Amino acid sequence: MEKYTGLAITSLDEFVFGRCPRPLKVGRGLVLGDGTVYPELNFTLPPMHIDAGTMVDVRREYTGMIDQACARAVALQVPGLVVEFELLPDLTLEPEWGAEVTALLRQTLDRYAASDGLANALRVTPNDIREFVRPPVLREGDKWDRMVSSFELCAQAGADLLSIESTGGKELHDDALLNADLAGSVFALGVLAARDMGYLWDMIVGVAAGHGALAAGDSACGFGNTAMALADTRHIPKVWAAVVRVMTVPRSLVAYERGALGPGKDCAYENVYLKAITGHPMAMEGAEAACAHLSPLGNIAKATADLWSNESVQNIKLLGGMAPTVSMEQLAYATRLLNQAAQAGGATTLRDWLVGSDMDKDPQAYVLRPDVVLKLAAAIVAEPTAYLRTRRAALAVLEALRQGHAEKEFSLSKPEANWLDRLSAQAEDLPEDEGRFIEEMVAGADRDKVRFDQYGLDV
Amino acid sequence: MTTIDELREAVVDGQAKVAVAKVGEGLAEGTEAGTLLRDGLIAGMGQVGQLYEEGEIFVPEMLVAARAMAAALKVLKPYLVEQGVKSNGKVAIGTTQGDLHDIGKNLVAMMLEGSGYEIVDLGVDVPADKFVQAVREGANVVAMSALLTTTMTNMQATIEALRDAGLRDQVRIIVGGAPITKTYADEIGADGYAEDASSAVRLVKEVLAV
Repeated sequence: MEKYTGLAITSLDEFVFGRCPRPLKVGRGLVLGDGTVYPELNFTLPPMHIDAGTMVDVRREYTGMIDQACARAVALQVPGLVVEFELLPDLTLEPEWGAEVTALLRQTLDRYAASDGLANALRVTPNDIREFVRPPVLREGDKWDRMVSSFELCAQAGADLLSIESTGGKELHDDALLNADLAGSVFALGVLAARDMGYLWDMIVGVAAGHGALAAGDSACGFGNTAMALADTRHIPKVWAAVVRVMTVPRSLVAYERGALGPGKDCAYENVYLKAITGHPMAMEGAEAACAHLSPLGNIAKATADLWSNESVQNIKLLGGMAPTVSMEQLAYATRLLNQAAQAGGATTLRDWLVGSDMDKDPQAYVLRPDVVLKLAAAIVAEPTAYLRTRRAALAVLEALRQGHAEKEFSLSKPEANWLDRLSAQAEDLPEDEGRFIEEMVAGADRDKVRFDQYGLDV
Repeated sequence: MTTIDELREAVVDGQAKVAVAKVGEGLAEGTEAGTLLRDGLIAGMGQVGQLYEEGEIFVPEMLVAARAMAAALKVLKPYLVEQGVKSNGKVAIGTTQGDLHDIGKNLVAMMLEGSGYEIVDLGVDVPADKFVQAVREGANVVAMSALLTTTMTNMQATIEALRDAGLRDQVRIIVGGAPITKTYADEIGADGYAEDASSAVRLVKEVLAV
């Protein structure tokens, strides 16, 4: 187990898109983080029901999506391509179905590699179906067995990279988010989610090793992006979403300490921090993911990306073709510009423009500013445990936000600014003693919502 | 300032203990339970909703207010029952079968409750027959949400199940969620579509007025 205690990237000059200290060979001819940013395309089904009777239609949809997208990638001469197949719940609940689709995607990618020299890799992301049971049963039972089987069968069927958007801890974090309960969020992320990540990623790393795949990385989507979506719709303060984003870092770092090698999953905006800490290549998403969701991070997320993704798009017809094909084209041009800038010696200039265009408009963008990331990441990783790292993340990001706001690096409405003080007061109350913190949080927890034994906690 | 004014203010400020005390005072003064509910609690939450719509507060502040209202309502409930005061409506709410994304659904439930509706929260991954059962037990609104393109289709299955059970005419159905549109709501025979939690409250009021 690799224990991170410092940063792999310490200089701002080295913290740029397309390059990382630990480049990764993967799939058919790709090297990630070695100077080129590649597109990562994700697609999903149009509105339709999935069952045994419609699987023939499901296969037809995926066959069409991958074939047309690869043809567009070849037409636009992309230097390489990663395709992500994010399994829908039904395709994980029936592991054979997910594996069937994995196999057909892999066959098409193999064909384009052979016929057109398209360097490529296939990332497969089973759904975290453990939360179908409430409170979630995370380490045993039918859903766990099916999810493990999904990883195994998809790896056998040709997945090059294995990922997940795991949800351990989310059963308490949702309420913490809506209540702006910082201690609740720290407990869910730094105590529960971190423990679940350890257990889960030991399994994923084992499956990957047994089937010639690579364990890639997780995403705190259900935590950080839920916060971002709630902030975008003005349900919660943006400063709270920014704090949560940074607090997800220790939780997602656990995957790499257990053996994940990257590329981190696209929707994990915490990947900027994880790249700085681990040196592994990271996928990111932003402007070209507008087909999936709004984000205030469209350009700044691109600044340090090694793969650039569209997050997900439904297979529906647009004037330019089917939506995944259109996404493929958008990603091809977005990455072409990044690579051109790098070849012309302008990578850091373009990076700074990408950063500068977003950073003053939203505190969530500010906390992704590369120099802010290096400072906060160093403070986080200097702590020895996931809890203390999450506590430090809260304290450090709030200090950075207060300073940034005072120096007018970004602006906040008055109701937003008030939350800086309220959240800081909560963060300062977090004890250093994890045992005491757990005791306090367990005492106030709703036992109908969570099973602590599923986190290895004997409380 | 009257006791009802103080009750309303306690709800807006999220002061549960004060709200409970003011309900007690109001009852002792002989104010009808229905008046305390309508002009104190629901009006207070209405004011909170207004502040939220204007961007002055966020959901965390609304939840504090909602908890104050809930605490006061607990004290008031036996008197409401005794005086035959009914809720504005009974809403059965849940995410469709196969869908686990419930934050939006929870927000809608919270805001409806604050507006005086009785909520039957069916949770997540709710099969059609549970919605049917809830309507049999008196729900006059069914509210469904879905976030996935492959689970939104189960909304139609629920509407068909309500039709098959002969209950469609006695219930209003509203839908929402990221992939849902007004067009889709119309196509599957729902009575309305709401884009967010605030508009869901307005929509419930509208569909029940029809």
